[in-house]
Amino acid sequence: MAAKRIEKTVMTVLLIAGGLLMMIPFIWMITSSFKPENEFTAVPPTLLPKEFTMKNYVDLFTKLDFMVYLKNTLIIVFWSFVGLFLNALAGYAFAKFEFPGNKKLFYLVLATMMIPGQVTMIPVYLLINAMGLTNTMAGIVLPGLVGAFGIFLFRQFMSTIPTDLIEASRLDGAGELRIFFRLIVPITKPVFAVQGILAFIGAWNSFLWPLIMANDQKLYTLSVGLQLLKGQHGSDFGLQMAGAAFMVVPIIIVFSFFQKHIIEGYTISGMK
Amino acid sequence: MQNFIKRFNRYKYPYMFIAPALVLLLTFSIIPIIIALVISFTNIDLAGLANYSNIEAVGFDNFMNVFKDPVFLKSMFNTMFYVIIGVPLVVMLAMGAALLLNYGTGWLFKTFRVVYYMPSITNIVAVAVVWGYLYNSHYGLFNHMLSWFGIPAQQWLNDPTLAKLSLILLAVWKSIGLNMIIFLAALQGIPRSYYEAAEIDGASKWKKLLYITVPLLSFATFFVTITTLIGWIQFFEEPLVMTKGGPLNSTMSMALFIYNNGFQLSNFGYAAAGSFVLFFIIIVVTIAQFAVKKKDVEY
Repeated sequence: MAAKRIEKTVMTVLLIAGGLLMMIPFIWMITSSFKPENEFTAVPPTLLPKEFTMKNYVDLFTKLDFMVYLKNTLIIVFWSFVGLFLNALAGYAFAKFEFPGNKKLFYLVLATMMIPGQVTMIPVYLLINAMGLTNTMAGIVLPGLVGAFGIFLFRQFMSTIPTDLIEASRLDGAGELRIFFRLIVPITKPVFAVQGILAFIGAWNSFLWPLIMANDQKLYTLSVGLQLLKGQHGSDFGLQMAGAAFMVVPIIIVFSFFQKHIIEGYTISGMK
Repeated sequence: MQNFIKRFNRYKYPYMFIAPALVLLLTFSIIPIIIALVISFTNIDLAGLANYSNIEAVGFDNFMNVFKDPVFLKSMFNTMFYVIIGVPLVVMLAMGAALLLNYGTGWLFKTFRVVYYMPSITNIVAVAVVWGYLYNSHYGLFNHMLSWFGIPAQQWLNDPTLAKLSLILLAVWKSIGLNMIIFLAALQGIPRSYYEAAEIDGASKWKKLLYITVPLLSFATFFVTITTLIGWIQFFEEPLVMTKGGPLNSTMSMALFIYNNGFQLSNFGYAAAGSFVLFFIIIVVTIAQFAVKKKDVEY
């Protein structure tokens, strides 16, 4: 019994030590974001600010345009939810309808997952340029609106819905769109939850495509704005840490609330 | 014609449902790969973009030149360096973390799941900002911690070899979480009866780990290895935001080379050729992985 207790202690200590190592950057970011600028050059550096200040956060919105960046990021988040519904609609059709080309088109969708981003990056830019959509929100949002992985997950989950249920609704005279929104969406809530959170995280963090597309600061997202801040205020660590914390903390809060769903979601997708 | 309309009416809903997603995927995934293939045989650049009549076919020139480009060759070497060190580290640490988290069921173990997963969902620019500060050679925490042990300050991001390792450290930290979840899901799928049978036979903890857990994780290990491998061959965001490929291209990866040529130098055709070299390497490595996997013993 004593051996078991020692083992448990060792494992717990390892767990906590590993966790602390993973947490260092987060802890350092949050405590530093409340430090006034002169404490950043102090040797030795201190973990907690000697003089607590909110100035860095205030500066993000008064000296810099973080309000604009936040607005753009939220617009992208909104469109990612629209994309989520398009994925779900397609997944539903692939799962529950018989039509010529169903299998072939689904394989085509899956095949797009294997194309590396670096190959499509340049031609997509050229295409958007030809459409005259560079430096517009449409140009930023459209290329990533739908995704093969999302369609795949929805299809897998929706194929477990009994067809009789759908047939019964049809006999009752419900239209196809009504069936989708009133019957299918409520049944598949768990997948929507997982996909919704992943869509939120992805959109909130979106960086590369807005960086390529947006020439105008009016279209910058939080991460592009933060990149700009890193370049222009390279030695202004307080501002940088506050900007980083402003990006990271909301994601951590959202994730902590829904983490059970996300982890279950991976289990679902892994098992089927 | 009437037949066609009749057929269309019958299937109009499924086609309407898949149409938006399919049109977008066609436009932004399938058609681009054809465009990429075509332009990789041309000299398209900014002048060509302004007026398509300036574009000329150049045959295989781009592909020949890319293999003569010292920066590209260096980026291939660097990418190999990233993959060889990074991938095994990610697989082992993710498996280790999953085993640790699967050991207990208390609140502590549940909370630390979130802690280990957090870096995976953190924005890359925020990561770069914070790690850039940690790596700072004057005021950074890492050099300060080294000084406790009397080790002199390091040029984390300015020394050619150390800079590569610094980026690997950051990328490993960031990719443990997601892969750990995959291992955790697999661990929870192992039937308890296997362990009970082994206990009756008097197997020790280590034996159970080595002869039951690890072999039964072989599918998850394969999955994690192959996805991590493909991901690391495309190693991109970390050098882009941390070092921009410097110092002296020593952290330049193949993906960053393609990005730089495409979007900084506007050599679209040349960059497209480079991207096909990268694509080809990914395909070869993936096929090789599956070939090795086939020889594995099935459990």
